[in-house]
Amino acid sequence: MQLTSHQFKARSREKLADANLQGALKKLQGNFVKGRADRVAELENFPAIRDAAAAIRARTLDHLDLYLEEFERNATARGAVVHWAGTTEDVNRIVCELAAKYDVKKAVKSKSMVSEECALNDALEAAGVQVVETDLGEYILQLAKEAPSHIVAPVVHKSKDQVSDLFADKHHLPRKTGIPELCKEAREQLRPHFVSADMGISGANFIIAETGSTLIVTNEGNGRMVTTLPRVHVAITGIEKVVPTLEDLSTLIRLLPRHGTGQTITNYISVTTGPRRAGDTDGPEHFHIILLDGGRTRLLGSDMQDMLRCIRCGACMNHCPVYQSVGGHAYGWVYPGPMGSILTPTYVGLENALDLPNASTLCNQCGVVCPVKIPLPDLMRKLREKQFEQGLKPKQETWGLTLWRWTAQRPRIYAMLTQIAARVLAVMGGSDKLIYNLPCGGGWTDGRDMPAPQGRTFRELYKASRITSTSRP
Amino acid sequence: MSARENILGRIRTSLRRADGDGVAERVRAHLGAHALSPRPQITGDLGAHFREKALALSTSIADVADVHGVPSAVAAYLSLNQLPMGAVCWSALAGLDWVSHGVVMEARPARESDKVGVTEVFCAIAETGTLMTLSGADTPPVTSLLPETHIAVLHASQIVPAMEEAWQHLREMPDYPPRAVNFISGPSRTADIEQTLTFGAHGPYRVHVILVHS
Ligand code: SF4
Repeated sequence: MQLTSHQFKARSREKLADANLQGALKKLQGNFVKGRADRVAELENFPAIRDAAAAIRARTLDHLDLYLEEFERNATARGAVVHWAGTTEDVNRIVCELAAKYDVKKAVKSKSMVSEECALNDALEAAGVQVVETDLGEYILQLAKEAPSHIVAPVVHKSKDQVSDLFADKHHLPRKTGIPELCKEAREQLRPHFVSADMGISGANFIIAETGSTLIVTNEGNGRMVTTLPRVHVAITGIEKVVPTLEDLSTLIRLLPRHGTGQTITNYISVTTGPRRAGDTDGPEHFHIILLDGGRTRLLGSDMQDMLRCIRCGACMNHCPVYQSVGGHAYGWVYPGPMGSILTPTYVGLENALDLPNASTLCNQCGVVCPVKIPLPDLMRKLREKQFEQGLKPKQETWGLTLWRWTAQRPRIYAMLTQIAARVLAVMGGSDKLIYNLPCGGGWTDGRDMPAPQGRTFRELYKASRITSTSRP
Repeated sequence: MSARENILGRIRTSLRRADGDGVAERVRAHLGAHALSPRPQITGDLGAHFREKALALSTSIADVADVHGVPSAVAAYLSLNQLPMGAVCWSALAGLDWVSHGVVMEARPARESDKVGVTEVFCAIAETGTLMTLSGADTPPVTSLLPETHIAVLHASQIVPAMEEAWQHLREMPDYPPRAVNFISGPSRTADIEQTLTFGAHGPYRVHVILVHS
């Protein structure tokens, strides 16, 4: 996916003015936020389960090499082929090579955020392979040539009417207006693709070391189709997704849908181990698993390691006041919200996403709801520090702070300057005592008026009151 | 160096892993222990728990006394929902008396055009109201996936408290782990358009459980 994180501010402004999007984001809060709260309340020992989930993820990362080797050993023993990809380009190359090897004309995909990191669809199309996204949301986005704006509900920014227009235009069928009719139309359009595709491409929510299995959770059932019908199945995932045992997996599965969509469990959980067996009448003949590094090892052993615990539930964005206001596209890459504000700069470079670690009020809503207890605000703060250390902060900001430090260390000058400022601002406030347009502070007064000071500084007033009180008899 | 060595090497360097630090033994012990983490306690009647959760997921349930009651329950469900009286099933169910109940049953994997698929299950999970099926030569996953209606025959004794117990049973199976383990929790659904819940996205529109009590 093309990186546009440097346009965060401009795009945010655009998104704030988009009434459609604002309505959709309101709804998201109602559904996902309330849903999570309800589902968590059902678990009487939720804090203990959450602690265990965080510990499982942390322990696995501490021993990542060993669990990956165990996974590889077991997957290979069951007939799967495990590929290692250092970069997203490597993933694309491997998938294109497999497509050529198996003479693949058409691939059906279930939702995979890692494949979005790789921009895999573009690579496959350039290699002459037709790619069909089959998750309803992703299918809509593919038709509209847009990027997802949420990791769980990718098309949350689009209205039903926009989908109606899009389907009428692309399917050349009478325009439908009901949501069930639109879903049925998509089902009927996609069925023939499932049956005729040569390759199924999926992500993996988890990979399981003890069995060598990959696992996907879906509600629509497209994940089951993609892993069952085509003759080749390719699962692409990040190296951090490994889970040691099926028991550990059970704990994580208890939390993932609850935090993602407010469901106790997703409709389907599909655990696949190796290709079809002797006697089987369905299942792929060839099963390949691609494990992507793509910047992940850089986080290991660093002060950012905790971020690799992420299970991609989306709760942090659902609860984030910034995401709730600007939506996912403003963040400019695959992962929006607080988790994206950490993943984007760490995967693609701090200098390419300067605004993201700052796109947070550090209110810690995200940290409170994260099912694996990632201290998201702390990590964002660390990234801000790194920006400063590496001289990546905007000149204006650094100079401004330097100037402030210089004056703050010189009390007399500081007092004089603030006295002048208090008086000037008081005059600017006029009779209604409000400043509508602050010079050099337009960003602040664009959205609200600034109350004007009274004309004297706190220190002046304090001094004056002490004089009056001590002079009292 | 291959990508594999590169990645594993980077991990080891980052984690400051040294040989003989005992980590490998600890990892092996963890993999073998299958230790349970804290989880909700499922107490009381498992069947009642399963029923409550399954119904909440929009699965419907019919009860029969023994397996011979299955064909009439299937026939009743099909006619109630005005569905065709033809279906495909897993081979283990082929021997039931479908004919006298007016059901034209074929024991073969489902195809694109089949309207109703009847399967058994490996077990069911009370905690979430979920069905667990395994792939195999006689248990093709397509039968619970392609048709618009999936009917599952579940024996009350197959209901386990949670996923953890299901894995324990699975480990005792001869061909463990099977190619595919599919957990099914109600009819296929999507809420992608305006977050409005709609059934029958890609999989079945209806999931009906026939619960056999004997
Ligand atoms: S950071 Fe936590 S809350 Fe956010 S997506 Fe990852 S696991 Fe979920």
